[in-house]
Amino acid sequence: MIPEIGHFSLILALLVALALGTFPIIGAASGNAVWMGLARPLARTQFLLIAIAFACLAYAFASMDYSVAYVATNSNSKLPIQFRIAAVWGGHEGSLLLWAMILSIWTVAVSLFSKHLPDDMRARILGVMGLISVGFLLFMLMVSNPFERLIPAALDGRDLNPLLQDPGMIFHPPMLYMGYVGFSVAFAFAIAALLGGQLDAAWARWSRPWTTMAWVFLTLGIMGGSNWAYYELGWGGWWFWDAVENASFMPWLVGTALIHSLAVTEKRGSFKAWTVLLAICAFSLSLLGTFLVRSGVLTSVHAFATDPRRGLFILVFLVVVIGGSLALFAWRAPTVGRGGKFAVVSRESFLLANNVLLAVAAFSVLLGTLYPLFLDALGLGKISVGPPYFDTVFVPLMTPALFLMGIGPIARWKNSSLPELAMRLRWAFGVSVATALILPVLLGHWTPMIGLGLFLAFWIFATSANLIYQRLSITDQALHHRVKAIPRSWWGMVIAHLGIAVFALGVTIVKGFESEIAVRMLPGEVAHLAGYDFTFKGVEEIQGPNYTASRGQLLVTKNGAVRTTLSSEKRLYTVQNMPMTEAGISPAIIHDLYASLGEPLEDGAWSVRIYYKPMVEWIWFGCLMMGLGGLLALSDKRYRMRKRLAKEADLKLNEALV
Amino acid sequence: MAFKARHKRFVLIGIGLALVGLAAMLILNAFQSNMVFFYTPSQVVKGEVPKGTGFRIGGLVVAGSLKRGDDGLSVSFVITDTAKTVPVFYKGVLPDLFKEGKGVVAQGKVGADGVFTASEVLAKHDENYMPPEAAEALKRAQAQSQTLVIPAK
Repeated sequence: MIPEIGHFSLILALLVALALGTFPIIGAASGNAVWMGLARPLARTQFLLIAIAFACLAYAFASMDYSVAYVATNSNSKLPIQFRIAAVWGGHEGSLLLWAMILSIWTVAVSLFSKHLPDDMRARILGVMGLISVGFLLFMLMVSNPFERLIPAALDGRDLNPLLQDPGMIFHPPMLYMGYVGFSVAFAFAIAALLGGQLDAAWARWSRPWTTMAWVFLTLGIMGGSNWAYYELGWGGWWFWDAVENASFMPWLVGTALIHSLAVTEKRGSFKAWTVLLAICAFSLSLLGTFLVRSGVLTSVHAFATDPRRGLFILVFLVVVIGGSLALFAWRAPTVGRGGKFAVVSRESFLLANNVLLAVAAFSVLLGTLYPLFLDALGLGKISVGPPYFDTVFVPLMTPALFLMGIGPIARWKNSSLPELAMRLRWAFGVSVATALILPVLLGHWTPMIGLGLFLAFWIFATSANLIYQRLSITDQALHHRVKAIPRSWWGMVIAHLGIAVFALGVTIVKGFESEIAVRMLPGEVAHLAGYDFTFKGVEEIQGPNYTASRGQLLVTKNGAVRTTLSSEKRLYTVQNMPMTEAGISPAIIHDLYASLGEPLEDGAWSVRIYYKPMVEWIWFGCLMMGLGGLLALSDKRYRMRKRLAKEADLKLNEALV
Repeated sequence: MAFKARHKRFVLIGIGLALVGLAAMLILNAFQSNMVFFYTPSQVVKGEVPKGTGFRIGGLVVAGSLKRGDDGLSVSFVITDTAKTVPVFYKGVLPDLFKEGKGVVAQGKVGADGVFTASEVLAKHDENYMPPEAAEALKRAQAQSQTLVIPAK
């Protein structure tokens, strides 16, 4: 009964979404206030209905209802409860439901926090989001219904893929989807602006916080995924240029370009058309990413069943959304008008260069991800494009981007002077070059790549220090007053940029100085890596809730003093009879020690891999700083429009009274 | 003055286009030199594969073919597409889901002795899933054997 309620509310949600996607937009075009006014209640009703459907599916999982086909394929009675709930988005159908659910959350959020928007603008935005929702709900109801019954019911479920049975599964997909789907708000703002023909600074100011919020979620979602892959896949990598990772990275690159270009549009009125195009691209890439990952086009951990009907639907949906919005853009963009003029050397130019570099980088990822799929689809052979391609492309593209990142915030809007900038940054340049030359030698060895990475990281550190110093030394108030006087969005930018530097530093050090060994070890034998001694304490058998495991322990000592114990497991998940390695990691600020159990060999020996990963945690810490920077920018008081407007109204009232 | 400004704009656009062109060249060049092609064991045996550069092969691991070296880390096994077989040598820890009789994809080079030295061995992500390359190899071998079996009229 419960699954039928869920199914039924999905159908109702589709009808509501259809209404949301038509009446308010037509109302905005014809100036019908009643139809425009429908947008808000419809958005809320839609959310309620999808939430009911979601709760029904979660209930089916929690109560182990194996008469629902989706539950039977993705859960098992031995699966711990937290994973049974997370298994809601463990497969194709449920992921789509999560997508639709998150879209309805964003839609409601827009309906709640858009009181300051003109009525027609709000109606159009919510309408566009309703149309996107129609696409997803239709897709689910036609070819991917999570509530489909299985008759006769299965006795027990086929279990969630063991790779997904991890706390990461609880946080990573919802975070990532909040990011993906969050770009639908920026997209809806852009389409609404194109429809209404009002692309001004106010439009940019309204869509900025939404875009930043989505970007923060996406950043943290990607970070979570990277960290999860690091400890779950058992070979110490943190980024594989896997097609699925690329699918999330492309919207991130374009989204990063978008938040910068929105800043220019808001402050200077320039780049309007470009900003709109980026908003369209960011969301289109999010859609592409979702479908690439969830359609089975890409076979990987993230991909599930393949069904040609789904492929066709997806293709049509993508063509309608992307093609339609680009056509609208081509039609309406010329009316947007030009923004303020700026000189060759100005903050606008630096931001433009950053935008172009990020867009080119996103394009290169798109090429590397889609081209093999095209060849395969056209029957022209199978090829793969691995990490070497992305490494070759990314270094020359990101080097100028990171270098300009140091200059951009210091350059003046409109017109800046190159000699003045050079004068101001000569110390930062000197410091970073010196660090790049000396630090690697102190650490052991110098290569051009290590030098370059350190130079860029310290360039951002040094220019940021210069920026903060200059900004704080303008007035002679007490320091904490001066810190407070600077808007939070500015601090957010600085912290996010420093996050990039921390990230670059982590990547450089771990790539330049990591080491690993793979050895055959008998109990009691000792392996040596990076000055540490690893004593193999043997393997014991343990019993998990839905797996059996061999747990091997390595005692780590340095010069005879015990440092830590690494315990790695080789698990066998009994339902799917699938082996899995659980790595043993000792994380620390300076370096991680990482061990994973290989296979049992003869005489009680095991093959063991041990990795030394210097400063690898900095990679994720850097991402965390980027996210924090975004949140800080969001908390800026100029976004708290309602309060400010209320205050202004108060003032006016007072004036009137006086 | 207006003349000068327009010139400046042209120069700017010119530089911008040149840089984007440069980036495009870089990307396409990197793309071309890092493409890894896929071949079936039959193609490897027939010698239809590039010498000296890496490629991928896929198929099934022949049951009973897995042998370990004395160091316990180097392994050799045989990949088949049910028509032809290729011996593979690999030094490293095999993925969790590597199993005899199951699908596998390996990336590496083929030597003069016909042994494929793998730098990377990829297995599937779950029990029922066959790597697409491995499935393709089997399909092609099957198609070929059928064309051989059915006599031409």
